[in-house]
Amino acid sequence: MFSWSYFLQQSMNGVILGCIYALLALGMTVVYGILRLINFAHGALITIGAFFVYFIFFRAGINLAASLFLVLGFGGLMGLLLDAVAYRKLRGGPEVALLITSLGFYTFVENFMKMVVSPQPYAFKTPASLAVMYRTPLLTFRSIDIFIIVSSLLIMLAFNLFVKRTRMGIAMRATAENLEVARFMGIEVNRVISLAFVLGSAIAAFTGFLWGAKYGQISYDMGFLTGVKAFVAVVVGGVGSIPGAMVGGFVLGLAEILSTAFLPTRFAEYRDGIVFGILILVLLLRPAGLMGVKEEVRV
Amino acid sequence: MRKRIPTEWYFLLWGVLLFLGVFLANQFLNRYLLYILVLMGIYSIATVSLNLTNGYAGLFSLGHAAFMAIGAYTSTLLTFPLSLREAYELPMLPTFLGGPDAVWPFFPALCMGGLLASLAALLIGAPVLRLRGHYLSVASLGFVVIITTFAKTMKSITRGPMGISAIPSYTNIYWTYLWLFITVYVVWRLVNSRFGRAIMALREDETAAQVLGIYPMKYKLFSFVVGAFFAGVAGGLYAHFTKAIRPFEFSFFLTFQIVVMLILGGMGTIGGPIVGAVSLLALRYALKPLEEHFKIYGLIEIIYAVLLIVVMLFKPEGLVGRRKDTRRVLLGGKSHG
Repeated sequence: MFSWSYFLQQSMNGVILGCIYALLALGMTVVYGILRLINFAHGALITIGAFFVYFIFFRAGINLAASLFLVLGFGGLMGLLLDAVAYRKLRGGPEVALLITSLGFYTFVENFMKMVVSPQPYAFKTPASLAVMYRTPLLTFRSIDIFIIVSSLLIMLAFNLFVKRTRMGIAMRATAENLEVARFMGIEVNRVISLAFVLGSAIAAFTGFLWGAKYGQISYDMGFLTGVKAFVAVVVGGVGSIPGAMVGGFVLGLAEILSTAFLPTRFAEYRDGIVFGILILVLLLRPAGLMGVKEEVRV
Repeated sequence: MRKRIPTEWYFLLWGVLLFLGVFLANQFLNRYLLYILVLMGIYSIATVSLNLTNGYAGLFSLGHAAFMAIGAYTSTLLTFPLSLREAYELPMLPTFLGGPDAVWPFFPALCMGGLLASLAALLIGAPVLRLRGHYLSVASLGFVVIITTFAKTMKSITRGPMGISAIPSYTNIYWTYLWLFITVYVVWRLVNSRFGRAIMALREDETAAQVLGIYPMKYKLFSFVVGAFFAGVAGGLYAHFTKAIRPFEFSFFLTFQIVVMLILGGMGTIGGPIVGAVSLLALRYALKPLEEHFKIYGLIEIIYAVLLIVVMLFKPEGLVGRRKDTRRVLLGGKSHG
């Protein structure tokens, strides 16, 4: 049965999932723009971030705000490490080498978590301050929902300002435009790339917390599909485009939730299939994505 | 100077030697070692076929698990014994596949599995291979998710998550190594032909190859489709070997293992994939007692992942490959193909 309240409720769920995809897509699109790397390791950061918050907030009892800043810092540190250990040496080689290494890194983290933490999923209780229920005639929501939407919008706004207004952000866009020329212009390309990894990874780790707090469960393999779907969002929005990544994230989140909500229940199991169906449709009909420009070929 | 291509006779000699080796192994080895040998053969088929796309053509497909799943389910359904079909709630074959009381023999069933995998590759490849960049990696990975979703949900054909067991055990060491021989022969023939030179030219420099009149889409798609065929066959052999298949066996991790085997052995070589498959499986079964004794599940996967990264960083040409003295792109950074 169609009712406005149900539609609104599901749309809100879609927007929230969209926020999560959009945040992840942001980091992936910047890295892809510069290095042409589909960073599968991005998914690993989601898992790492979620478990990091689980251990320092629930187990060690550090307060929430501090935990959130710590997880951002920890994620950034991991990004820096990943870049220095796994990627830096491969720059300038074949592009596919980076892709393969990122797959290796993802699998390493997933199985490391499986071995050290547990193969069973963990229950992730929403922190009390974020679990307050609000009921209105049309919508029912918890404060975590508001928190996700507001914090995502703030992060996206900050990221956009950073890229548009700061020197480093401009350097980043220049590097994405053309790495060699950017280097000739005196941009320290390696620093720009490290920064892209640090920012993307910090956001991804933070997203891990959002995921846990919203959906109540974290597991060693949570990052895989989420990460790959975030890249689907990048492609849907238009590869290399920052506004595209955000739009793609929201489109994908809404499509995933609304298709599950309004198709007959027996299709609910096809949820992941639907996402990748969308990917193949986009590649077929509009390969440059919703907001992307056609990638020009330079000889 | 072009290297002289070894004659067919040379290949035939290898075939005879392989057959002799297989015969001797079958006579003298115990069942556990034979089991590992067959598994090595099946993984070698998968790795050699992945090499066609990922090594020679320079595309990076992650869809092998999906093609293997298609092959495995197809040949299982075609050969499943009539007497058990009802008990397993599996459908009878439709008329165009031979009617309700038909059961296919092993060999055509395997080929059918391979053909369906090829068809799937055609459907995925046609939109995706037109594009440059690594869209194929994501799309083929997405395809793995789609196929496992279907395998889990289409309960009337696949029995859903519980999978199909009691599959007739047809695969033996002879079948496996016969197919390995066919796969290697086909890949070798393809690579040392006009087609092979074309896909390698595309891999090295797509624009330059296009200027020479090579239409990229055609060659890329063909290598993807042929690779998928043998992946489908490998899947079929696997199903009739382990006698039980479940959807989750054909997940990303299966693809990952095959990728590691390929990278370790050496992309774009004939012998590399086999060396990679054999040595990694040997490692896996050597470490198995350790893993089970200490209950550290995931250890082997971690070792695979670390090996992959180490090989990429320090010996990217793999165990067998020769280091190419390609000019490093000036100043490092991305090349635009």
